[in-house]
Amino acid sequence: MNILNFSLLIGLGSFVAGFLGSLTGLGGGVVIVPLLTLVFKVDIRYAIGASLVSVIATSSGAAAAYVREGYSNIRIGMFLEIATTVGALVGAFLTGMLATSAIAVIFGLVLLYSAYLAARPRREENDNGPPDRIATLLRMDSDYPIATGRQSYHVHGVPGGFSLMFVAGVLSGLLGIGSGAVKVLAMDQIMRLPFKVSTTTSNFMIGVTAAASAGVYLSRGYIGPGLVMPVMLGVLAGSLIGARSLTNAKTETLRVVFSAVIVVLGIEMIFNGLTGKF
Amino acid sequence: MKHTTNRASRWTDERVEEILGKLLIAGVILAATFVLCGGARYLIHYGAGLPQYGVFHGEPADLRTLSGILKDAVALHGEGLIQLGIVLLVATPIARVAFSVFAFARQRDILYVILTLIVLSLLLYSFVGGLNQP
Repeated sequence: MNILNFSLLIGLGSFVAGFLGSLTGLGGGVVIVPLLTLVFKVDIRYAIGASLVSVIATSSGAAAAYVREGYSNIRIGMFLEIATTVGALVGAFLTGMLATSAIAVIFGLVLLYSAYLAARPRREENDNGPPDRIATLLRMDSDYPIATGRQSYHVHGVPGGFSLMFVAGVLSGLLGIGSGAVKVLAMDQIMRLPFKVSTTTSNFMIGVTAAASAGVYLSRGYIGPGLVMPVMLGVLAGSLIGARSLTNAKTETLRVVFSAVIVVLGIEMIFNGLTGKF
Repeated sequence: MKHTTNRASRWTDERVEEILGKLLIAGVILAATFVLCGGARYLIHYGAGLPQYGVFHGEPADLRTLSGILKDAVALHGEGLIQLGIVLLVATPIARVAFSVFAFARQRDILYVILTLIVLSLLLYSFVGGLNQP
């Protein structure tokens, strides 16, 4: 297979990954590395580099859909980015030290965990409770638009959320993913933010987190232009089109199918890692 | 467009978010344009060759440092142009954080100016430090 066909096929695969990822809300970045390593036999370090770049592109590109809605909370985002950027730097350094087979196994476990998180029911009601001392100190409480005006909310569990964000950052830097699932878990479950505020703030944070490890990846030579080109353009186009068709599409079946694909890929990553195929 | 005389109200969170969003979109479009043009040149030159990403050997030094990337991009090398697009893409969220410092300063929110400066210095440490290594 020559470079032209290789690039076209990877571009097509990345487009589908980005499209399904944004349509289902599971993110496309998480399947790029398994796609490149298992299907196209790309070395995992190049795959992680290409995936990370595509994560930055989707995060920044998706901002188009979110900015005018007024859901994201930039104070919470900025405060938590301290944890994610430190984590991302730690993760990026770990990538250079761990064996590629170990990275593959960790990747597989994260895939399985993402599928598990996606299958759990969302917490719809916002049982807000009294204001939290630390959140008040950091002026995090805010409001978001609803049909009848604006609904205010209080923020909780700041230390717990901050710690989990560090983990999200490490995983992002280590595996070249956005860690959107862990970020939403921290904000939705621990800090008890409304779901829509969690998802949009998480998306806002993903680009900054990924940018923290990108410099390390570039200097290590993980970012191969010939590979990044089809991956970045494919994922970006797919996710933008996916976000546009989000409003009316029936996504529940797709979510189940895409989660099943993620489980299969996760098991294959773990198996190949354990049998030394990386 | 609403015109207000009150200085602080021009820098509400909503207004800041809107500017931030536009900044991100502009950065992505610019980066994607470079990657697309570089990609076309790369495929025209090397399309018939064989992909070399199966075994890790690391990218050559001129594609790992900012000066090398700029030199290759000015010479209109396909890979240099793609790499410059990637650098612009990475710089976009960093520019977002830098703008947030300014916006929080206009809101006289000293606490968040400090928190944002911490994030900015971490990003610049990785980005500038990483790209200047020999």
